[in-house]
Amino acid sequence: MPATILLTVGLADFIWIVVGLFIMFTVLSVVVLSLTLLERKLLARLQLRLGPTRTGPMGVMQPIADAFKLILKEDIIPASSEKAIFWVAPIIVVVSAFMIWVTIPGTQNAVIQNLDLGLFYIIAFSVIGILGLVLAGWGSANKYGTLGGLRAAAQLISYEIPIIMVAISVGMLAQSLDMREIVNAQGSYIFFLVQPLGLVLFFIAGLAEVGRTPFDIYFAESEIVGGPFVEYSGAHWSVFFLAEYINTFAIAALTVILFFGGWSGPGLSGDWGIIWFLPKVYLVIMVIFWIRGTFPRLRIDQLMAFAWKVMVPMSFLSVVMTAVYLFYGWPAWSLTLMSSAGLFVVGYLIYKRMTGPTKLVSQTRIRQQALQDQRRAASQAPAEAGGD
Amino acid sequence: MTQISENRTPDAEPVEMLLNMGPQHPSTHGVFRMVLWVDGEKVVDVEPHIGYLHRGSEKLCEGEQYHQVITLFDRLDYLANFNNEQVYCRAVEKLMGLEVSERSEYIRVILCELNRIASHMLFLATMGLDAGAMTPSMICFRGRERIQALFESVSGARMMHNYFRIGGLKEDVPDDFVPQVRDLLKLIKEDTDESDRLLSFNEIFLARLKNIAAISAEDAIDFGLTGPCLRASGVDYDVRKAAPYSVYDRFDFDIPVGLDGDCWDRYYLRVQEIYQSVRIVEQALDQLPDGEVASSLGRRLIRPPAGEVYVRAENPRGEIGVYLISDGSDRPYRIKVRPPSFCNLSALKLMMKDCWIADAVVILGALDIVLGEVDR
Repeated sequence: MPATILLTVGLADFIWIVVGLFIMFTVLSVVVLSLTLLERKLLARLQLRLGPTRTGPMGVMQPIADAFKLILKEDIIPASSEKAIFWVAPIIVVVSAFMIWVTIPGTQNAVIQNLDLGLFYIIAFSVIGILGLVLAGWGSANKYGTLGGLRAAAQLISYEIPIIMVAISVGMLAQSLDMREIVNAQGSYIFFLVQPLGLVLFFIAGLAEVGRTPFDIYFAESEIVGGPFVEYSGAHWSVFFLAEYINTFAIAALTVILFFGGWSGPGLSGDWGIIWFLPKVYLVIMVIFWIRGTFPRLRIDQLMAFAWKVMVPMSFLSVVMTAVYLFYGWPAWSLTLMSSAGLFVVGYLIYKRMTGPTKLVSQTRIRQQALQDQRRAASQAPAEAGGD
Repeated sequence: MTQISENRTPDAEPVEMLLNMGPQHPSTHGVFRMVLWVDGEKVVDVEPHIGYLHRGSEKLCEGEQYHQVITLFDRLDYLANFNNEQVYCRAVEKLMGLEVSERSEYIRVILCELNRIASHMLFLATMGLDAGAMTPSMICFRGRERIQALFESVSGARMMHNYFRIGGLKEDVPDDFVPQVRDLLKLIKEDTDESDRLLSFNEIFLARLKNIAAISAEDAIDFGLTGPCLRASGVDYDVRKAAPYSVYDRFDFDIPVGLDGDCWDRYYLRVQEIYQSVRIVEQALDQLPDGEVASSLGRRLIRPPAGEVYVRAENPRGEIGVYLISDGSDRPYRIKVRPPSFCNLSALKLMMKDCWIADAVVILGALDIVLGEVDR
């Protein structure tokens, strides 16, 4: 009810929110353009390529050219698709991506609407995007799309749990779910120092949440050819694309706010903190792109096993450790110790699980080499001799 | 399709979905088509469909003069053109009892082995892409591009060379061929090392490929697998060693053998083969004699004596066989090719038993088929 909103919020606030949303939309669009260029350039450098060079100096106009191309392309809607759902799905995805940003602060004051339960709100809204992906997959009446949508549902819901648990442990440390309070609570030490385990879990789960390599399973190009996006083209597809980059940016920003002290940094105070905030966020994003240039993709069962066997138990452990630390009022370094120990456990589990095949390789190599030598000794002359 | 549905139990029917993969799919390597029956993410059954690239090459050969057939062989396995040219030329030479000059043989071997490296590099690239790794493909493509630049300097064409002639070569190699190849080999080793370090023992890559589609040596032999797919299962069989042709008996090289016969072995075997091919080329460069390369036939039209001949050789993808029948005219009466890709593909159904959809892509990738050769 707009009338009620006006009554409770007041006209000035309402106008401020509308203007703020408009500014946010503009800023995020510019950020997405910069991210696409950054990704293309960075990946190109990793892959012995140059990336875009033809549009403007060093290809900086490439994102704009891309945007024009995508908007001008014909927007094909398959005849057998569920039209309404096909239309609505990208909107659900992009709206939920934008809504997250309403309460993510860039600095103390650079926020549309700070909420006391900001972290709760962000996590709640990020789940809605999954609905859009599932609907997109199902509505496009394509089997690859359906598979992708189901994969997205399985993957994103599984990885939502570690994110929630880590967010809770950070909230406990800061004694608040207010994003600004969380940053302010990191005045003496950033939470990465006391919760390294939380950071690793959050970052990995965040990668899975935005479908970045090695978790790009729900749109795996070489298997299900784009998954939910397979039937989309033109503006509709670009909306998905937009949402993906906004989400990547959001995960990076959350990582920085929750673990690296947000906009706080030496030398700058007040709203100048944005100068600390943005480089931190872009560094995290560059790590995400770097991972993309390095790793292959996991398989869906390996991904789910990793979520439920490693990520979820360890995230619960991180909550318990934080609780114990707070309850007994131990010094901060004790949590660092506990968390690092937990991190080593995770590292060891991953190492054991992932190097299982490597060990197998070396073992079987030795075993089979012996067998082969035996066989060669037994029958020296190959029966195929004779030539042509 | 009816064939598949008979195999399935009726109560399993409602949960299965028919998933058509290809002919237009980024990981079916050309125009291969698989019809997958999937139960959720699990592949229950697969039916391969081939023939989308059928050009009737064997029939076309019957209408061309012997020299013209070489160009058709270029287009069979279009990633290993020199190897195909060589096996055809050897077939006709054997039929006519022609002697090929030493220098021609050595140059042929050098080019064939380089082509094997190029083909394997493309395989490494696509294998990485199938598993989702983007960067190794760029590294390998750079290496392959260097080899193709050399091929261009030798034959004038990057891929469809038409350089070998019956009884010799079209012309001698460029003057700086030997130093050029030596430089190239150094770069090839570097490129292979780089991609190998990045991909081969990556944990995720291993988890994706190790123990996937493992087949035993017996099965591999029964299905007629050859080349890396057979050797991955532990069978020490390579035509270059088992029945040495050309001048292969003069080189010291090993045949890498796999252990479990799974996708990773098929992958890693090819990495090792690149190094072996480099060894062969190095020795061939050392031994490269001087002499004439032009065919003793000159530019005459040839009419081999009536008769039939079967010649085989080791291609990057396996054993290629050419069965040639001549009726004494200037055109072959019949040419039958035994393409390695086609025979390797026959094991697809066995390999894809109970795999995941993501595995199906990797399994097909590890078989390394070239549709130009499968469909002919």
